[in-house]
Amino acid sequence: MSTRALKQNVTGYLFISPFIIGFLAFTFIPILASLYFSFTKYNMFGDPQWIGLQNYEKMFNGDPRYWQSLKVTLLYVIAGVPLRLGFALMVAMILNTASRAVGLYRSLFYLPSLIGGSVAVAIMWRNIFGDEGIINLLLVFLGIPDVRWFGDPTAALWMLIFLSVWQFGSSMLIFLAGLKSIPVTYYEAASVDGANYFQKFSKITLPMLTPVILFNTIMQTIAAFMTFVPAFIISKGTGGPLDGTLLYSLYLFIQGFEFFNMGYASAMAWIMLIIVGILTALIFFSSKFWVHYESEGGK
Amino acid sequence: MQSDVKIKPETNPKGLHVPNVKKPKWWIYHLLVGTFAVLMLYPVIWLLMSSFKPSETIFVTAQSLIPDPWIFSNYGKGWEGIGGNTFGVFIKNTVVLVIFTMIGQVISSAVIAFGFARLTFFGKGFWFALMMVTLMLPYEVVMIPQYIIFAKLGWLDSIKPIAIPAYFGHPFFIFLLVQFIKTIPRELDEAATIDGCGTFKIFYKIILPLIKPALATAAIFSFYWTWDNLLGPVLYLNSPDKYTVSMALNMFLSNETVSNWGAMFAMSIVTLIPVFVVFFLFQRHVVEGISTSGLKG
Repeated sequence: MSTRALKQNVTGYLFISPFIIGFLAFTFIPILASLYFSFTKYNMFGDPQWIGLQNYEKMFNGDPRYWQSLKVTLLYVIAGVPLRLGFALMVAMILNTASRAVGLYRSLFYLPSLIGGSVAVAIMWRNIFGDEGIINLLLVFLGIPDVRWFGDPTAALWMLIFLSVWQFGSSMLIFLAGLKSIPVTYYEAASVDGANYFQKFSKITLPMLTPVILFNTIMQTIAAFMTFVPAFIISKGTGGPLDGTLLYSLYLFIQGFEFFNMGYASAMAWIMLIIVGILTALIFFSSKFWVHYESEGGK
Repeated sequence: MQSDVKIKPETNPKGLHVPNVKKPKWWIYHLLVGTFAVLMLYPVIWLLMSSFKPSETIFVTAQSLIPDPWIFSNYGKGWEGIGGNTFGVFIKNTVVLVIFTMIGQVISSAVIAFGFARLTFFGKGFWFALMMVTLMLPYEVVMIPQYIIFAKLGWLDSIKPIAIPAYFGHPFFIFLLVQFIKTIPRELDEAATIDGCGTFKIFYKIILPLIKPALATAAIFSFYWTWDNLLGPVLYLNSPDKYTVSMALNMFLSNETVSNWGAMFAMSIVTLIPVFVVFFLFQRHVVEGISTSGLKG
């Protein structure tokens, strides 16, 4: 290696060294440690005891709460992500006009997402869905029987899903950027051919947006899988009622930091990593069939 | 099949797509979209208004927005805080944490991003790919070992476990800054090299001033995520005098007796004020940051 090349390499590594050090210290070593702990019984006070696959066995055979948390989380992801993205796309399309007020609307619709991760919002949500909360008053007013959101496990989970749908803002902004990058000439040409609004949507807008849809779907799925704060606050840390809001992250937290089952929680984290990895891979592979890139030519 | 026929000469220059269907009357559009916006913001308005209602009437009068009578004592009561610490203490703790974290994340991410965007070295592609993978990694996987490491280091009950990792870059911000640096012409670097600037000087004198808008975006998001962070403080802070605002609210909730809703709502509003203020001041950075980089939010 010439001295110049050597110098270049040294400078390069010098600049990215914070990342490498941080990666090793806070990601790589912890991941390996987590894998090791997942085969142990460890409560932080003694030394970890090697117990082989027992944690994993218990997860699959001896812990109904684990299955409940998995079920609740999958429902939360499968119902929440498409609703949220559909909503985001719809609003983005409505806002994709040349009106002057769009900037204002864009900000207003983004606000709930901005504050969404805060405890204040979870507290607020908890109260507007309370037995005497505004949602129930509204239902009664409409002549629909009110719902005991905190008494019924399914209703409580839907309350969490509504909260995530309400925070559609960041996906909406990404969709808006995607919509704006579609050349106007495409629509003009389609108009000349006599295409109507829905034909334009299904033949131009949707295909041109598929890369953005893919990106949003992956990011939102991962984020949804890791949701913690709203479930923690709304159920006061219990995952109730009847484990109806026991999201995976929350149960992992309970196992790790309430029961001090560090080994078991580590095993849960590893299964989570595998599930998120499989979900992401599935979405990626499926994208071959529905994502269109302009460079591929085609229609 | 392109057409030269100008269908709509007035199509605006920004290239926005204006559907060529008959546009509804503008006032119908604004009425519908405006109503929807109010509906979206209703919960926040409700929270704000409830903070001015007497605690015992909040739920009795949940359907009416306007407090009757207006009272402001909830703010005083809430400010008294919990466990002998006023809410001012929690705000101070949070501000200290936010500043330390923000400085660390922005500076280190800028240095790393410069390395990835401008320098050539062996294995760059590998490290960059690795960084992109860590973007998608669930925090839960590293949470427990990190906790154990920080416990062994004796860092529990301090902000160190939350603030110190920030000094090693944040993948989102690194990615954002790399994209931004790539838009800066390389000729600038070359000219500077001819003038005798070394790599570090190029970074410091040329690139850093030019990426200020992107640094601002990163700083703003760093502020939001740290301000709202609950899991970190819940894991690492034990003594109430070190609590952040998120934790304080959480404590309020678990201590809550029905009579004190007003105080809790008032303090919820207090924790949201800085979030709103930053948003209204830096709206453009926030919105563009998400649109271009796909930041979560």
